[in-house]
Amino acid sequence: MKLAVVGAGAVGRSVVRMAGEYGHTVTAVADSSGAAVDSDGLDAEAVLSRKSARGSVGAADPEDALATEYDALVEATPTTLGDAEPGFSHVRQALDRDRHVVLANKGPVAERYGEVRRHEAESEGEVLFEATVAGAIPVLGTIADYGPAQVTAVRGVLNGTANFILSRMAAEGLDYEHVLAEAQDLGVAEADPAFDVEGTDAALKCVILANVLGDGSHTLADAEVSGIVDIPPSALSLAEEDGRTVRLVGEATPTGIRVGPRLVPMESPLAVDGTENIVQLETTHAGTLALRGRGAGGDETASAVLADVARLDR
Amino acid sequence: MSAVADVAETRRAYTVRLELVDEPGELMRALRPIAENGGNLLSVFHERGNLTPRGNIPVEVDLECSPGRFDDVVAGLRDAGVTVTQAGEDGYAEEVTLLLVGHLVDTDLSDTLATVESCSGASVTDFSLDAPAGTDEQSSARLRLAVDPPQVDEVLSVVRDVADRKGLQVVEPLVEGER
Repeated sequence: MKLAVVGAGAVGRSVVRMAGEYGHTVTAVADSSGAAVDSDGLDAEAVLSRKSARGSVGAADPEDALATEYDALVEATPTTLGDAEPGFSHVRQALDRDRHVVLANKGPVAERYGEVRRHEAESEGEVLFEATVAGAIPVLGTIADYGPAQVTAVRGVLNGTANFILSRMAAEGLDYEHVLAEAQDLGVAEADPAFDVEGTDAALKCVILANVLGDGSHTLADAEVSGIVDIPPSALSLAEEDGRTVRLVGEATPTGIRVGPRLVPMESPLAVDGTENIVQLETTHAGTLALRGRGAGGDETASAVLADVARLDR
Repeated sequence: MSAVADVAETRRAYTVRLELVDEPGELMRALRPIAENGGNLLSVFHERGNLTPRGNIPVEVDLECSPGRFDDVVAGLRDAGVTVTQAGEDGYAEEVTLLLVGHLVDTDLSDTLATVESCSGASVTDFSLDAPAGTDEQSSARLRLAVDPPQVDEVLSVVRDVADRKGLQVVEPLVEGER
């Protein structure tokens, strides 16, 4: 397949680097300031070294990337809330041209899911978004295989940053600020960690899941969200004395979304350590199904993007 | 009328575990003393195929009766020659553990606990406070509650309300599986 990649952050760059290995051709890459376009296929290494040396993938207009020849648009610009722009317009442009869209950006399917689906219905193109929920873990593909109507609820640990902080606080008895600083040094937490530690990122993933399971009308505003910022070490040690621990757990059902710190038994499958993610699906006929693995990272998330591309290619 | 209502209100759920010999009519014989002593059967879980080491069949019976009659129910069972391996309300209550975080002491901790205790079907069975910086500062508490299973959602919402009112954070237990 021919791919146009919009957004050259960690995920976009990994898609560009890995696409060839998966048998695809990248015909365009755009970042916020420029673009590289070649309908016969770009040289991935050349584009990426220009990005790291000069800050942009190329001198072309980013709009040219959207106008070039491609089969699937990979939308990997940063997640934005509210109107989900510019991601939403990119999706719309691709669908208007009857092209497929693969999203790594959560915004369009968390905030404007109904509109995305309506545009998709009027297009020859399809929209897939495996990479928006739990990185490399094939949650949406599994739900699609089982049938969304057969999945009654999804719950899980969906933010590696928050989980790293909670599990390290519990293991070492350290306070939140101390562990956050460590996480920032390790690159596990962003300089502004609010999105992760306040539960917003996990909530967006749950909103997307609720949209897939339900009628597609949910947005972040419908989610009940609390984060981990106010959890002191004393709460974690009281939990531990009782054979339990605290994890930031997200829950999605066809009708609601809830994210917050929850007490779970230490031996619970949900008590994953470090940056690992876990997702449990409640199914009508097959009980609980669990999937765990890496929920973030450029190559990990790109592997989910390329799994979607493979689905479109079938 | 009011006396009847009082009696009805004080009926509680109990669980008794019995061991029955695998013979026809054994189950009926074991259940009769329960009704005869004022107990109302809620459910009978007959674990056929799961034998005790002595070859008996374990049966779990949920019933409700007024607290004053429960001893009569158990005595009636034993008088009838039924082996009662466990009897009490503990087996029937759901254990709910949660954490509270914030200015617990400044916001009248005993009132907080009393509010939880005032829920019908809930009692605080264990309480642990950790106030590392002294009682004037933020502290954490772990509560273990015994709750009648149908009351769990109601009790959690009472806890949420009192915490909300006092600016405390609740870390609720996660219930896995279907509710």
